[in-house]
Amino acid sequence: MKPYALFKKDYHSELRTRYAVNSLAMFIIVALSVILFSIGNEKVPQNLTGGLLWVVIFFSAMSGLSRAFVAEEDRGTTLLLHLIAKPSTIFNGKLLFNLILVFLMNIVITLLYSALFEEFIIRNILLFLLTFFLSNIGLAIASTIIAAIISKAGAKGTLYPVLSFPILLPLILISVMLTSYSMLGTSFDQALVEIMVLVCYNVIMLTASYMLFDFIWKD
Amino acid sequence: MNNYYLAAEQITKKFGRRLIFKDLNFKFQKNGIYGITGINGSGKSTLIKIIGGIISPSSGKVIHQFNKENINSENLHDNLGFVAPYLIMYEEFSAWENLEHISKIRGINFNTELFNSLMEDFLLLDRKNDLVKTYSSGMKQRLKFIFALMHSPKILLLDEPTSNLDDAGKESVYKIIKREGQDKIVVIASNENSDLDLCDIKLKLQDFKL
Repeated sequence: MKPYALFKKDYHSELRTRYAVNSLAMFIIVALSVILFSIGNEKVPQNLTGGLLWVVIFFSAMSGLSRAFVAEEDRGTTLLLHLIAKPSTIFNGKLLFNLILVFLMNIVITLLYSALFEEFIIRNILLFLLTFFLSNIGLAIASTIIAAIISKAGAKGTLYPVLSFPILLPLILISVMLTSYSMLGTSFDQALVEIMVLVCYNVIMLTASYMLFDFIWKD
Repeated sequence: MNNYYLAAEQITKKFGRRLIFKDLNFKFQKNGIYGITGINGSGKSTLIKIIGGIISPSSGKVIHQFNKENINSENLHDNLGFVAPYLIMYEEFSAWENLEHISKIRGINFNTELFNSLMEDFLLLDRKNDLVKTYSSGMKQRLKFIFALMHSPKILLLDEPTSNLDDAGKESVYKIIKREGQDKIVVIASNENSDLDLCDIKLKLQDFKL
């Protein structure tokens, strides 16, 4: 219940300030427009559209997901959080907020992307939904812990994408591969190894985050 | 009767190579008001943060016990009330919303009666639904006392408790500090003589530096 209370606090704060939602919405619109303009009337190969979807998702995540901790640090309210909750409560609350934000953001991106790119046709919808679900969880976990690490640093804006890239690279590569499989209509059995890699990535990231967060949060 | 015991054993704090204080020892075992004083940069705020578990000492340890049982650092926040000029409340929320969210995050019920009574004690009742960003710095300071007292803590840590307060604000704060000092340990870090006059025992930090 305590992480949920922290999530509700962040949700109400977001409704008042609209820091993350506004920057995410603007970035999604700008990124999709740039891709549309750069493609023009060219015919895009089908396997490229899956990759471009994840490029938009990755950079959109970079623009909004760091807010979880950076907003607290910028406003000077980190000490207040220290005084009211355990580190695990804080991590769970922030993770819950980022999970919901990632799912909402990626649902919007995928719907817009499907409407704008006619080459983006999913043949194995269940495989795509599973990929989407697992990748969003991984993206939320990784962005939350990276946001906690960079919130203490000076150049937060630059550091976030720089630090995120190597950590998110395995996730993005596997997600691109699985999206391409679902566009080709590959069966679950043939994609099982990649799905297991995605599950392992999420488990490793979650375990490492819980082990690291106490050290990051204190001092 | 509040059986709280607070002790520091051989606490040393360094920031990089800079030594703040060395081998600091004290025991606060009786309810009352304790003062920490010292010149600017002597480490008053650092010591208060170490006592509150916000930062760690370079060496040594702080012991918090209640009814002779150690309170571990993870649960310390449930037992202490903390006020400091560098503590900032959520400006996009009203006082009511701030303290309601905070109570829920702590996992306790929001006590409306206690909230109203504290808001009245600190002369803020008529502004309880206004956003904190519209408060003056003195009003924000008074709100921090309400934040520190809402969960009925067993120990109060006050760093420069009267900063930004006018005479009426100081009076209300002193009244509450005296009341709280009767049934719990209150630690004040300050250089203000009027704050230190409330203290039964004073710890001077220059004495602990090489």
